[in-house]
Amino acid sequence: MTIYPFEYFEPKELEEASSAFFEHGSEAAILAGGTDLLNMLKANILKPKVVINIKGVPGLSGIEEIDGELQLGTLTSIHDLETSKIIQENFPALSEAASFLGSIQIRFLATVGGNICRAAPSAETAPPLMAYDAQVYMYGPNGERSLPLKEFFSGPGQTVLAEGEILTKFKLPIPALRSGSAYLRHSIRQLMDLAIVNVAVSLTLDEDSETIKEARIVLGAVAPTPMHASAAEKELIGKPATLEIFEKAAQTAAQESKPISDVRSTQDYRRAMVQLFTRRALEKALPRAAQKN
Amino acid sequence: MKLLISLKVNGQTHDLAIAPHHTLLGVLREEVGLTGTKRGCDDGDCGTCTVLIDGNPITSCMLLAVDAQEKEITTIEGLAVNGQLHPVQQAFIDHGGLQCGFCTPGVILTAKYLLEQDPAPTDEQIRLGLAGNLCRCTGYVLILEAISASRDGKMQKAEATR
Ligand SMILES: Cc1cc2nc3c(=O)[nH]c(=O)nc-3n(C[C@H](O)[C@H](O)[C@H](O)COP(=O)(O)OP(=O)(O)OC[C@H]3O[C@@H](n4cnc5c(N)ncnc54)[C@H](O)[C@@H]3O)c2cc1C
Repeated sequence: MTIYPFEYFEPKELEEASSAFFEHGSEAAILAGGTDLLNMLKANILKPKVVINIKGVPGLSGIEEIDGELQLGTLTSIHDLETSKIIQENFPALSEAASFLGSIQIRFLATVGGNICRAAPSAETAPPLMAYDAQVYMYGPNGERSLPLKEFFSGPGQTVLAEGEILTKFKLPIPALRSGSAYLRHSIRQLMDLAIVNVAVSLTLDEDSETIKEARIVLGAVAPTPMHASAAEKELIGKPATLEIFEKAAQTAAQESKPISDVRSTQDYRRAMVQLFTRRALEKALPRAAQKN
Repeated sequence: MKLLISLKVNGQTHDLAIAPHHTLLGVLREEVGLTGTKRGCDDGDCGTCTVLIDGNPITSCMLLAVDAQEKEITTIEGLAVNGQLHPVQQAFIDHGGLQCGFCTPGVILTAKYLLEQDPAPTDEQIRLGLAGNLCRCTGYVLILEAISASRDGKMQKAEATR
């Protein structure tokens, strides 16, 4: 289908972008990389009167370490996530997830903020960002606010962004010593396919390098929004990091997940895959945690 | 509403008056007149519309033309120098790496990028790198052969003598 004509606006300041977005309300759409937006425009799912391209707004992209935190601008491309040395070393689940998103051509266009604002249940970068306790920053008519990313999604394709609000950046604490993490996804084709299940885990070990001190298990594509397998996370804490314990936690994670049946998979299969991929992800994260002394 | 935009395609500047809802793909084909860039799925999936922006491959159906300004755009028409084909183009001819030819411009541009990033990619890396370029003729084996023939720095060497 063809795209309906719209007016086009390239704000040069964040405030200008946000007030234009507020003024036009639901008649406006923010353009970042455009890999989701252009598809929605072509399918006539969206017919905005105004498209606001935020790529000319300064300060919205880039990967920086500031005061023990990683700051990730909303416009940072998926390709940059995939290839950044700081991310590969400290947040490997995030670079792994990035490498699964679309194709090279898509990864050069797509942004991390766009992936999160689209709020697909299977969004590639959501589980790792949540597993790293990302805080998301927004700017709107009432100034800046921030939330833990896990509180940002309100349903499939839905977020808590208020009218006129623009996502600006993410902040991720640099993982503690003896932390390891991993991302896995299951799809019919290796690439250019959406996940049937995706999972990011992060483990932090005690000083004895055996006992689990902290754990995060975040599941995608098996609930209306990406979700923490909170019971499984709790179960792991204080336990020895053994395959048996991992298997039990993976079982719990599968029980907690709320998958549906759709064209990609049945509910039962998804649940079985949550168990398998959670266990494998924990197994992959463990040696990484043991290495980071 | 039309906007005056300026696109730099294959080293040449084109000043155009276009409506902002047009994609780079449409503008390249219909306004600039370069039809080597193909419209396949128009959804970002098939890669036949691949062009290089500042050397990096992107699907031109997923980018608004207004958003492609102040960048170096390279299409398949921009690879030959003084009538001499780019080494990757030549390799596709030498190895018969095409059937109907529709996916070829996109595949060659992606391959050029891959070989610039890593002059000696493994077969696996080439396959993964081409995930976003579909060949409906399914002629992947000869595509892979043509690209393999350009690895181990051979593309760079052939380019230097062009
Ligand atoms: C061929 C293809 C394959 C794909 N494969 C995958 C995949 O494997 N995994 C995956 O997760 N996704 C995939 N996607 C979806 C898409 O590429 C990603 O979600 C991408 O990260 C979106 O980022 P973008 O910058 O292109 O977003 P855009 O399209 O620019 O924006 C997406 C949405 O978010 C809004 N938005 C963007 N930025 C902001 C902001 N800062 N503040 C407020 N609102 C904002 C936009 O208005 C729009 O509604 C694929 C897409 C295509 C076309």
